[in-house]
Amino acid sequence: MGWVETGSGGVARVSTDITLPDRLGGWGVRWGIKRMHYAVPAGLYAIGQPGTQSPVLVSANYKLTFDQLRRKLSGRDVWLLLLETFGINVWCAAGKGTFGTLELINRIDRTGLGGVVAHRTLIVPQLGAPGIAAHEIKKTTGFKVHYGPIRAEDLPKFLDRGMKATLAMRRARFNFRDRLVLIPVELVQAWKPSLLVCLLIFLLSAVTVRDLNLPSLLSTGLPPTVLYVVALVAGSVVTPILLPWVPGRAFSLKGAQVGLLLAILAAVVMSSPLKGTDLVALMFVLPAVGAYFALNFTGCTTFTSLSGVEKEMRIALPMIILALVVGAVAWAVGRLI
Amino acid sequence: MSLRYLKDVVALQLDEEKCSGCGMCTQVCVHGVFAVNEGVAHLVDRDGCMECGACARNCPANAVSVRSGVGCAYAVWRSWFRRKEEGGGVSPACS
Repeated sequence: MGWVETGSGGVARVSTDITLPDRLGGWGVRWGIKRMHYAVPAGLYAIGQPGTQSPVLVSANYKLTFDQLRRKLSGRDVWLLLLETFGINVWCAAGKGTFGTLELINRIDRTGLGGVVAHRTLIVPQLGAPGIAAHEIKKTTGFKVHYGPIRAEDLPKFLDRGMKATLAMRRARFNFRDRLVLIPVELVQAWKPSLLVCLLIFLLSAVTVRDLNLPSLLSTGLPPTVLYVVALVAGSVVTPILLPWVPGRAFSLKGAQVGLLLAILAAVVMSSPLKGTDLVALMFVLPAVGAYFALNFTGCTTFTSLSGVEKEMRIALPMIILALVVGAVAWAVGRLI
Repeated sequence: MSLRYLKDVVALQLDEEKCSGCGMCTQVCVHGVFAVNEGVAHLVDRDGCMECGACARNCPANAVSVRSGVGCAYAVWRSWFRRKEEGGGVSPACS
């Protein structure tokens, strides 16, 4: 896409078109394909034909972020300063400190930004604020940090309004669609430990089954395996989707309720009535597993706090473990008697 | 529809004596925890805080303090075990 000449040398101009490989890559990272290695080189980029008065937008070198930004900024003339966050998004990188004060100061220096633009204002995404001390940037570099909107989609409006954010632009949101796109992330993280769980179920089946052969092993091990998957879906899919409508504030409590509901449903739809011990196992294990996976979803949200999650884990984890033990024992007893 | 997390757990402190009323905290907070009234910041929704630490980092008067980290069960889990190996002190972050 060529170069833009500046007081500090040539700056690469980037396209604002999103191509099929960009789309495929974006879809891939959500399913865990090269999720942690999706970066573009840090540095200064030009969108359109920016000049010495054009705004400077600061962001991370995560390719998904970069694609989103250049798409939303199509038709505008702006500078894009990407910090080295090692392919991590702005918010997570700010929390880790890689999207940080020191990196911004160094990047301004290394790109010669002071010679590229005549003004001294940087637009930093609001979600980058946990890593950037605006007053220190000003003191060291002379650039004034102006916090921009949370979402890239609001940038055009923000720029048109003379760099003024509306209240809605400044507030974290977590709507239906926001939650939906995160479900693959949960499932990808769950599949490896889940294989282990299924193996454990079959191991327990092999120990408890009387005449060990393939049909008897399958008929013993398959039902709990299927129910485990149901519980996984309760915690990682159903609870996140229904998050605002499931009662309670603790995620584990929400997941346990969904798990219990599905357990009751499973007991009703089963072809033959369950025996007492299996019913106990079902009613304990499904809510416990649902609670566990719902608790895991806290990391995907925009509103849970560290103190809150720590408190929830201290209370919920022992209860989850206890319920699992009760359920497993009941199930095993049912096989032996 | 409202998404609210646990009540009365947040470790956010604001020293109104130190506050210069610059309003930076109201600009960086994504949950509207702060409001500036008559030149001084106030906590108007303490339970809304997710402890990201943006306010404390951007307060030129050092009036805000919070133990920042991510509200992520997986990160907390890892920090518990790291604590044992490395002697601790590291606040949970994304992997």
